[in-house]
Amino acid sequence: MRYLLTRLGLFVPMLAGVVSVVFLLVHLIPGDPARVLLGEDASPQAVAQLRHNLGLDLPLPSQFLRYLGHLLHGDLGVSMFQNAPVLDLVLARLPATLELAAFAIVVSVCLGVSLGCAAAVFHGSALDLLCLVFAQLGISVTVFWLGILLMLAFSVELHWLPAIGRGVPLSSAFAAALEGRPAALFDSLAHLAMPAVALGMQGAAIICRLVRSGMLEALASDYVRTARAKGVHPFAVTFRHALRNALLPAVTMIGWQFGNLLGGAVLTEGIFGWPGLGQLAVGAFSQRDLPLMQGIVLTFALVFGLVTLATDLAYGLIDPRIGSR
Amino acid sequence: MSVRALQRNPSLCCGGLLVSAVLFVAIFHGWLAPYTPEQMDMTRRLAPPGAAHWLGTDNFGRDLATRLAWGAEVSLSIALGATAAAAIIGTGVGLLCGYCRGAVDLVLMRIVDIVLGFPSLILVMALVAVLGPGPRNLAVALAAVYWTQYARVARAAALSERERDYVLAAEAIGVSTLRILFRHLLPNIAGPLLVLATLGVGVAIVSESGLSFLGLGVQPPTPSWGWTLAYGLRYLRSDPWMSTAAGLTIMITVAGFNLLGDGLRDLLDPRAAAAPTGRWRLPGLQRPAF
Repeated sequence: MRYLLTRLGLFVPMLAGVVSVVFLLVHLIPGDPARVLLGEDASPQAVAQLRHNLGLDLPLPSQFLRYLGHLLHGDLGVSMFQNAPVLDLVLARLPATLELAAFAIVVSVCLGVSLGCAAAVFHGSALDLLCLVFAQLGISVTVFWLGILLMLAFSVELHWLPAIGRGVPLSSAFAAALEGRPAALFDSLAHLAMPAVALGMQGAAIICRLVRSGMLEALASDYVRTARAKGVHPFAVTFRHALRNALLPAVTMIGWQFGNLLGGAVLTEGIFGWPGLGQLAVGAFSQRDLPLMQGIVLTFALVFGLVTLATDLAYGLIDPRIGSR
Repeated sequence: MSVRALQRNPSLCCGGLLVSAVLFVAIFHGWLAPYTPEQMDMTRRLAPPGAAHWLGTDNFGRDLATRLAWGAEVSLSIALGATAAAAIIGTGVGLLCGYCRGAVDLVLMRIVDIVLGFPSLILVMALVAVLGPGPRNLAVALAAVYWTQYARVARAAALSERERDYVLAAEAIGVSTLRILFRHLLPNIAGPLLVLATLGVGVAIVSESGLSFLGLGVQPPTPSWGWTLAYGLRYLRSDPWMSTAAGLTIMITVAGFNLLGDGLRDLLDPRAAAAPTGRWRLPGLQRPAF
């Protein structure tokens, strides 16, 4: 309980800091933001109107209080180019990005843990070397190039998977599958496969290296030796004793990796035409749609913060020594 | 370093060779490349790889190998510049926090925590969008986000070093704080920072090419790996070598810096090389997943 309260206590000031940085983004524009956004040819009236709309005509503390007040009421402003509330735009796209990121994490964990385990159990073998090469390539390959390669192979050449789009949202597809219509679920998973693999590959490589080194240490430790001496089945020794301890550093990395995935999702969504927050972000960043940019950055930071918090709490649950410190 | 030591450290050898090759191309591309990056030959648009054009040509008939060679200078300049700036700022802040502690540490490390509270690529993108595209702003944005990694590593190292005898002795004879920080502490914590910086160059290259891929980084006609890859997407079905060449170039370069970083880590911390847990013991850069 104390651990939980400490983590929550640290989260709140961090969130306040994140909100302050997001607020200050608009003031980082060199010169007059309204003039920069509208261009040199804009009339003084238009510039004054935009300054008023963005609240730039107020003193900085008043601007911040106004921004904070709006935030607390769930008002993230109105998009300058789409003329729609930012919150609505963000909420419409967020589920798609979360779905993609969650699947990418599943890919990372499944692939990383299984390859890391295999490499450690068969330490020094050709399989170990293969896993290390996979890890090195996985860390070095860029998500956008891997996405292109996957698309080239599985869509352009083999015609196995759809190249772009999302298909049916996964929650609806699951509901349809439960009603005896599995086609929607297959369609949904087919659309998810390539973006999730492209996005999750780097995480898989990092987790693979972490699990391998953690497993090697665990397999050489006294408690594993004792378990073996007592005649515990090798399978149980590997997975119940060694893997459980080897997973601890990987859990922290999974939380960190989620932040990377959110960033990587911006690129993946662009390649695969995935209608998520990343595509919205690229449009907002290219057009310098400040309210939308602020809303998107804040949303990404909030999701990242919550996942990190959840990871910290999970870490406390997995390793009781941390919670009791 | 002996040949035997190099043989025992294949990561260092491979990484060093790859990085040297890329740096050589980046520095001497003017002599190496048979064409100029803007030289167009509309009769040979999208030509496949061959004797005249080793990696083929792009949609304007420009030699792809030449453009990638010139792109190496652009990408490495941004990556090395951003990494150097991030390392200098982060190390300075980390040393100050670790050595002085107290209010300075509290305030500066909270700033570090806030910056780390953002997904790094998203913050870099937002900064570039606000500052405007271009190599300089891109390097500034990368440095403004990644200095926090160095600050954390330098602080942790300085915290453990500040109680050592040589620091206490320097304090006892009245050496100034600045001299203790940069003359005594810095050389003793430089190892992990050097490794972090080597890995950081790879991260910066990926970030730069990712942003250029999205059109937020280096703007055409300046040759850029990310932009070449993005433009090649349009011809993916008919002429895949444009994207493939750019993607392979990025991957090989990043792999080179990663291998070099791993090799340096093993070299500077022999325990890391010997113990299976040594890998990833260093708090590494938050590697962007792109």
